[in-house]
Amino acid sequence: MATVCHRLEPYSSAIPVTQPRVVIVGAGHAGGTAAALLRQFGHEGPITLLGEEPLPPYQRPPLSKAWLKGEAGAEDLFLKGDGFYTQHGIDLRLSTRVEAIDRSGSAVVLEGGERLPYERLILAAGARPRRLPLPGAELEGVLELRNAADAERLKSALGPGRRLAVIGGGYIGLEVAASARALGAEVVVLEREHRLLPRVAGQDLSGFFCAYHGARGVDCRMGAAVAALERSGGAIAAVRLSNGSSIDCDLALVGVGAQPNLELAQAAGLDCADGVIVDIEARTSDPAIYAIGDVTWRPLPLYDRMFRLESVPNALEQARQAAASICGRPAPVPEVPWFWSDQYDLKLQIAGLSFDPDRIVIRGDVSSARFATFHLKDRRVLCVEAVNAPAEFMGGRLLIGRRAEVDPERLADSAVSMKEVAA
Amino acid sequence: MAKITYIEFDGTEHTADVKPGLSVMEGAIRNNIPGIDADCGGACACATCHVYVDGAWRAATGERSAMEDSMLDFAENVADNSRLSCQIRVTDALDGLVVRMPESQH
Repeated sequence: MATVCHRLEPYSSAIPVTQPRVVIVGAGHAGGTAAALLRQFGHEGPITLLGEEPLPPYQRPPLSKAWLKGEAGAEDLFLKGDGFYTQHGIDLRLSTRVEAIDRSGSAVVLEGGERLPYERLILAAGARPRRLPLPGAELEGVLELRNAADAERLKSALGPGRRLAVIGGGYIGLEVAASARALGAEVVVLEREHRLLPRVAGQDLSGFFCAYHGARGVDCRMGAAVAALERSGGAIAAVRLSNGSSIDCDLALVGVGAQPNLELAQAAGLDCADGVIVDIEARTSDPAIYAIGDVTWRPLPLYDRMFRLESVPNALEQARQAAASICGRPAPVPEVPWFWSDQYDLKLQIAGLSFDPDRIVIRGDVSSARFATFHLKDRRVLCVEAVNAPAEFMGGRLLIGRRAEVDPERLADSAVSMKEVAA
Repeated sequence: MAKITYIEFDGTEHTADVKPGLSVMEGAIRNNIPGIDADCGGACACATCHVYVDGAWRAATGERSAMEDSMLDFAENVADNSRLSCQIRVTDALDGLVVRMPESQH
């Protein structure tokens, strides 16, 4: 069936416009939010939301934090309450795998052969954990953390006295390390680079986290390249490092980054880099297809470059872009990218991205765990990393968005309030 | 259960029974009440669950925490009765609470 795709023009046309049939591939934070926003923005056409997991859209961040520690239940994670999808006429199909996108036929092909026609497609396929290309990676007790099923496995394997080796000192690894300590486990963090959070944090913040974890009984080892996972029967027994030493453990969590699920987009011939290439309205190289969330290679207008972001705020921003575009609304104002992490009693909030800073300004007191590091370039704030310092985060975010010049001396002076600095 | 009334910026009222122990934000999310975005899911990290607490309820809902206060300090359209609804814990004493939502959380 050939269908003309109408761009909705709410104020201009007296001719009734057929609202396009939208199919969303991926029912994570991005896909679930896009479905809800389409309805909120007045879209009346059919919406089908396809998820591979058996659960309706849920929040992933608590899986390494409150949920893992038993402070939140499964129902606390769902993005929407009971009945939401039915009430809003969203056809939510779970445990459903998409085999292909047939662009010439404007249809999504499901495993088993069913074809779902679309007029607008939103690809929200997400990312998956990178695997260790090492012997033993398939052993029992070698875990990763991306979804609720992974989190269930990890939770049931953790407990007092259990020995956990965290491979990779990134956010997932450090959050799990903190939660595992709260559950009484013994934790070693193995980071290949010479500092924690090497890809995502500045030197000062890395050093702070290393000391903070160390003081809470986590053995953080830098320059620790994993050579192999050693077995006892079918299960992991130790992690062997390239320097020959080995660390005995009952389980290992592999947190060495994620890769975008590009297979559907690539097979369909959509332009891809380290993600599906999209514009500022989340459109791919095919005007009928949008892509949102972790799977995208997206413009960062504030930084004049393309990048891939793995974060909830990014998923939400792009869901707003795609829903606005499909509903004929103006494109939302670009946001400052931001991230957060909770470890122990630390609230880390980061705004912006630190591309080639020429100066780092520290504000506050690192030793009392209330401080922020500002990454500047040409006196403009590129990024702020705030530890238990919400005013610095919020003020920094404003400064980044405005591309305003700041006086580094004033920024470093805690006697001048952030409100004044950001004024 | 505590009955909580959420009033959208356009005046649309929603009343929901919220289980004590949840936050006022969670009460809105679980009952599919629009107007509270809660982008961070309740981590007090984003200030997108901003509400205005109706006058009579200000004492019962308590004071802002220092963290919440700092977040609100930089939010839009903040008033004396502004709170982040993820930081208001529902108790039986809040039965009847009325909160109003700002025009936008972004």
